[in-house]
Amino acid sequence: MGRYLLRRLLQLVPVFIGTTFLIYWLVWSVPGDPFAGKCGDRPCPDNYVAVMTEKYHLNDSIWVQYATYMKNLFQGDFGTTFSGREISDIIMTSYPNTLKLAVVALSIEAIIGLSAGVLTGLRRNGFLDNLVLISTLFLIALPVFVIGFVLQWLIGVKLGIVRPTVSNDMPITELLLPGFVLGSASMAYIARVARTSIAENRRADYVRTAIAKGLPMRRVVGVHLLRNSLIPVVTLLGTDLGALMGGAIVTEGIFGINGIGRQVLRAIVTKQSATVVGIVVVLVLVYLVMNLLVDLLYAALDPRIRYE
Amino acid sequence: MRVSKRASGALAVGAAFALVASGCSSGNNDGGDAGASKDGAIVIDGTQPENPLVPANTTETGGGKIIDWLFTGLVEYPNNGGAPQNALAESIDTKDSKVFTIKIKPNTKFHDGTTVKAENFTKAWNWAAYGPSGAQNASFFSDIQGFGDVFTEDPDGPDGPKKAPEPKAKEMSGLKVIDDTTFEVTLSAPTAVFPTKLGYSAFMPLPDVFFADPAKFGKNPIGNGPVKFVSWQDDVEIKLTRFDDYSLRDKMKIKDVTVKIYQDDTAAYNDLVSGNLDFQQQVPVSSLAGEKWKNDLGDRAIASTTPTTGIIAFPIYDKRFQNKDLRRAISLSINRQEITDKIFFGNRKPADSWANPLTPGAEPGNCTACKFDPEQAKQLLAKAGGFKGKLTLSYNADASHKEWMEAVAQQIKTNLGIDAVAVGVPTFAVFRQNINAHKMTGAYRAGWQQDYPDVENWINPLYVTGGSSNDGLYSNPEVDALAKEASSAPSIEESHKKFAEAVKIIDQDVPSMPIYFGGQQSGHSEKIKKMELSNVGELDITSVEL
Repeated sequence: MGRYLLRRLLQLVPVFIGTTFLIYWLVWSVPGDPFAGKCGDRPCPDNYVAVMTEKYHLNDSIWVQYATYMKNLFQGDFGTTFSGREISDIIMTSYPNTLKLAVVALSIEAIIGLSAGVLTGLRRNGFLDNLVLISTLFLIALPVFVIGFVLQWLIGVKLGIVRPTVSNDMPITELLLPGFVLGSASMAYIARVARTSIAENRRADYVRTAIAKGLPMRRVVGVHLLRNSLIPVVTLLGTDLGALMGGAIVTEGIFGINGIGRQVLRAIVTKQSATVVGIVVVLVLVYLVMNLLVDLLYAALDPRIRYE
Repeated sequence: MRVSKRASGALAVGAAFALVASGCSSGNNDGGDAGASKDGAIVIDGTQPENPLVPANTTETGGGKIIDWLFTGLVEYPNNGGAPQNALAESIDTKDSKVFTIKIKPNTKFHDGTTVKAENFTKAWNWAAYGPSGAQNASFFSDIQGFGDVFTEDPDGPDGPKKAPEPKAKEMSGLKVIDDTTFEVTLSAPTAVFPTKLGYSAFMPLPDVFFADPAKFGKNPIGNGPVKFVSWQDDVEIKLTRFDDYSLRDKMKIKDVTVKIYQDDTAAYNDLVSGNLDFQQQVPVSSLAGEKWKNDLGDRAIASTTPTTGIIAFPIYDKRFQNKDLRRAISLSINRQEITDKIFFGNRKPADSWANPLTPGAEPGNCTACKFDPEQAKQLLAKAGGFKGKLTLSYNADASHKEWMEAVAQQIKTNLGIDAVAVGVPTFAVFRQNINAHKMTGAYRAGWQQDYPDVENWINPLYVTGGSSNDGLYSNPEVDALAKEASSAPSIEESHKKFAEAVKIIDQDVPSMPIYFGGQQSGHSEKIKKMELSNVGELDITSVEL
């Protein structure tokens, strides 16, 4: 187990360097001069462009720029944006917001998705099963901005039950609606995967044995059946945290949440590699760590899986 | 010039307009409950300022409107769009429009309690003009004698390996402090419009603390206007409050203002409709269709006009566009009324003059090429020998320009038989890069909003050889000569007369095609009982009553 963990952690190093360089290079190759559109319908004065180019080393080659960036990064310096703002400061303020939203979304999708999956998996072809199948199909088919705008208008503006946008200190109650919107598609997938997995394992030998042994149904489902059926669901949930954080840009926009989505978008449009890489680096770390956690969870859920 | 930077596409968005400083009102006192107003607080919408809040380095609307509230300049522009009036200036005297003696009102205060003195102006202007400061508005000081000594051109452009030589001087020779309340400005040539320019944000005074650490100042600005800066939480909100020692005009009638930073104008609009936001300067495009915004807001909906013009410009440097009959033919084939009615739901007006008619000195209806006359257009096209190949009309696709540009292309195609297509360029940055480099191969979208209210700002930058936004490289010696005469005329009236003559020649040459005049659709909450918009459509914060 220890050696496995070490090997996995060492693997993170090349992945980390590879992704950061790739992202840096991609943003660098976005067409457009960062200062061409900055002053509106007239060119920026030369002195302004010269001062900015000098300050952000924009005349250096991509290799030198990337090396300088990495050197500073390892000293804990994320650099500054063109407007002079510390990128570490952007990360510190926007990440907690996105994380909070993603965790709320993840909890909603886990609770609702899993319950729906278990209930329908146990009683297939009933009314509830058909209802869940149709409603999940609906959620998967609708793009997230449609769900977002419709629910915001209906619940926030028309009925006035919640604030249409989230206020600055982000109370959990106001995050429920955006969390539901963000997690809606994954919730549908989780319900469906859980349903199939439960239905399949329901016919497994060990379930029949447990029932024949006279164990109460609650224990059969809760301990034997659920634990074995969770592996695909956990895989989905684990990788989903990263996906939710990276994909929250639409939801953040609709509900006015100050998260990483808008920062990345703005940085890409204005060609600020350092900002994009700074934010995405943390996202990459989230992905890698979550993947590792999921793999370790497998062993805990299913004793047949062992890591030497 | 200021650029709107909202991520999604409101009508006025398009990162395309020059915008002017303002923030003045003829506040009158009827209506509103003085008690509720006195300690009242409002929340209004905004965007994250692109740069630290330094007046000479702010060129977009997000930071621009905050600057306008924090600072009061020598002159200010009335809300009704009329001629500028003295604000901080006691008097601006000149005999020849070349040497100006400026007296400022004594004992007005900056927000940190220090007194506004003449040297707060000269030092601020010298800082902004000094090349190595890298201020975006440096060129506004080019009229002043000695500008060439503090601002040096890069011999091979900013991308070349050579650097701009170190400027010879740090201060412009044309600025001279006489005493604490008087200074003298000498221009390199007579410029009648110079006093008008003084209300633009680049010309604001800066307190002594600025010069110690400009970067720190930008995050914690100290102005001399009716509104005092409190705090700025990036991407979240900017808090402002009333400056109680303000003595130049009416103080703010309410106490606190929070500028909430939205990334999406629909989110802001939903907050406005449900009462969580008190003012939105431009409601989203989606609410304009079918007059939805008027139904939602009732009498809290405000439709106004702004001194902006949507233009399609020709690249005169391209051989195919050098025949003026061809340019006129294309312009005459566009039915502007139909475009403003069908695409903009009547929220913008068809353009019929070269300078926006809201601007002092501009004459309505002086664009004969702006009429819709498909018959004459066809004759002129034949006279010009037709047009070979494809006529592209480029626009930046990151804002809402697709619909009207395609409508224009369709009209040209139908009325003239030219193979016209609208082409979207993905981002404004790429779009402007090609325009700045004079590499356009077809007509392209442009827009203009005045920096300061005078017809001069619509002619010199756009149609004079070497003008800062004359991207099509239009050049007519007659126009240049008349514009020069107009700029250096001894009085504003004579200047306007000469500009009118220049416009007549421009109208014959059709270097570009004015298409529409800008409009703005704003809304406020039930809480606000009384408010006015400034000459450029920003909220006049001193007029707000609850």
